[in-house]
Amino acid sequence: MTAVVQPRPVEGRSLWQDGLARLRRNRAAMASLVFLVLMALACLAGPYLTGHAYDQVYRSYVKVGPSLSPYPKAEAIAPAALDALKRARVDVGEPVEIVGESVRIPVSSSRELDPRIVRYVDRVDIFSGARLEEIAADGRSGVIVADIERFTFLFGTDATGRDLLTRTLIAGRISLTIGLLATVVAILIGVTYGAVSGYLGGRVDLVMMRVVDILYSLPFIFFVILLVVFFGRNFVLMFIAVGAVEWLDMARIVRGQTLSLKRQEFIQAAEALGVENVGILRRHIIPNLTGPVVIYMTLLVPRVILLESFLSFLGLGVQEPMTSWGVLISEGARDIEGNPTMLLFPAIFLTTTLFALNFIGDGLRDALDPKDR
Amino acid sequence: MFGYVTRRLLTAIPTLFLIVTGAFFLIRVAPGGPFNLERPLEAKVMENLNRIYHLDKPLWEQYLYYLGNLALGDFGPSFVYRDFSVAELFASGLPVSIQIGAGALVLALVAGTLLGIASALRQNRPTDYGIVGLATLGITIPTFVIAPLLSLVFGVWLGWLPAGGWGDGAWSYKVLPIVTLALPQIAVVTRLTRGAMIEAMRSHHIRTARAYGLKPWTVVVVHALRSAILPVVSYAGPAAAALLTGSVVVETIFGIPGVGRYFVQAALNRDYTLVMGTVIVIAIFIIVFNLVVDLLYALIDPRVRLG
Repeated sequence: MTAVVQPRPVEGRSLWQDGLARLRRNRAAMASLVFLVLMALACLAGPYLTGHAYDQVYRSYVKVGPSLSPYPKAEAIAPAALDALKRARVDVGEPVEIVGESVRIPVSSSRELDPRIVRYVDRVDIFSGARLEEIAADGRSGVIVADIERFTFLFGTDATGRDLLTRTLIAGRISLTIGLLATVVAILIGVTYGAVSGYLGGRVDLVMMRVVDILYSLPFIFFVILLVVFFGRNFVLMFIAVGAVEWLDMARIVRGQTLSLKRQEFIQAAEALGVENVGILRRHIIPNLTGPVVIYMTLLVPRVILLESFLSFLGLGVQEPMTSWGVLISEGARDIEGNPTMLLFPAIFLTTTLFALNFIGDGLRDALDPKDR
Repeated sequence: MFGYVTRRLLTAIPTLFLIVTGAFFLIRVAPGGPFNLERPLEAKVMENLNRIYHLDKPLWEQYLYYLGNLALGDFGPSFVYRDFSVAELFASGLPVSIQIGAGALVLALVAGTLLGIASALRQNRPTDYGIVGLATLGITIPTFVIAPLLSLVFGVWLGWLPAGGWGDGAWSYKVLPIVTLALPQIAVVTRLTRGAMIEAMRSHHIRTARAYGLKPWTVVVVHALRSAILPVVSYAGPAAAALLTGSVVVETIFGIPGVGRYFVQAALNRDYTLVMGTVIVIAIFIIVFNLVVDLLYALIDPRVRLG
């Protein structure tokens, strides 16, 4: 007797497993995902590694260009020392010598040298630990010795002399946080509103969608400005509010999906079993909406980031000394002829991030859209 | 057709009324007023100003007063741009914005459709990837990055075109703003056309047309494009309304005297009448262009019946 070969049960693949597998094959989306994770990590950890605080002002280094070698440049040291001592009312002898990591400035005066003049030197960011040495017997001449402080500004500095790399990373933190925060708010409101409207249907649906239509036809920027006026310039509150404005599209999408869902058998079955409306919405409708919501979410995050930049560009967004990519770009745009890098670096960061987010969104849509199989 | 248009325009009146009402009370709820300056005005001066502009009356009375004037076609005086009425501001600014916006719209539709078709016909080939990549770039780079860059490259470095200004509408001053405004729209139109075109090329009527032995050009332009253009048309309606009513970023960066700047300025300064005027103008543009879209839809797609 031959053993009956049991056919191995066919292992089903859920929509999600299927989608995930397809997303993995999408090289652009995966690369974007990796890029985005790296960007987020850089923005989180980077500011601690650059060696500058985001609001530290270096008066001696206003608008210096990006450079891999540390400042100050050798030829800039002597003039800076002379400049620093201009107000000390002493005669500065030549030459100003640079010995290793310190500078020697011979000084003399017709009166006795006041040791406090070293403060003039210390005040400049280039020097530190200035001291008066080799004082002559009459106390009228000596040498000021000061250590040279070396700073690296990979991206250069902004118009007030703050390190642009640190600021760009901090700005990324703010922009990404705002993007996520506002999106979550928009999704929460949009999904609830759309699902309720679509599921209840009838007159409730009509009224709820009329409200959305009217909100739609009011210019968007109008709301945002009102929100800025109401909430002041507190950006957290404001972006919760921006999320509260961005939910309109979400509500429409969700409503449409709900309309088609609620005619399906499993909803009717739940109704027949006597499940309450709230129960059906929570247990059956909303989980089935995840696909379109996730896709829309990845596309909404870049939109919100862009919106935040736009508001910051208008001067309505994040306030100094905090910063965001939009703020940095608008600062750079103002001074584009003098120093284009101030615009370029934040713009590159913003654009690449948005680019990556868009690719992920497109990839997700391709992966989850059953029509495309 | 004529009856349909009339009916649509008539139903627009209640919508406009709701928008006007909503905007009126929303802007009034916002704290601050048009005359709250950094340095407060004298109490007596303030009182006089409020009386002249009817701001001392109860809100509902002001609302009725405003509605009454609006019914007569009077948008009222601007609170902040003194000596100008809102109508005058629009009369001088709107033509400028429309010129720029219309240029951008035409450029976006022509370039976007062509790129979209090219991309769809070479799906998953290098041309396609290149165009899609460029389109994604166009969507992601914000206008306020493109505008200063274009101004720097073509205005300052190359010196081909003026870096900014209006120059009484000389064409050379319009090129950069139009291109700046059009670039993101080109990107969107390209993507829409590409998607719709790919779907159209797979459909049965295209296979039939091919089987008849029609020339590829006829198949693409006459048969496929006709259905592929529909999503573009429905996108172009709201986009046209937004483009023609001016862009605050482009107008600020290039220094163009359009109406795009008014809205932000007016809302921040609580220039109530100017805000209301802008809201109404934008709403009218949206309503009109939605109507145009519906008419075009019926024209292109014979299955759509107006009613």
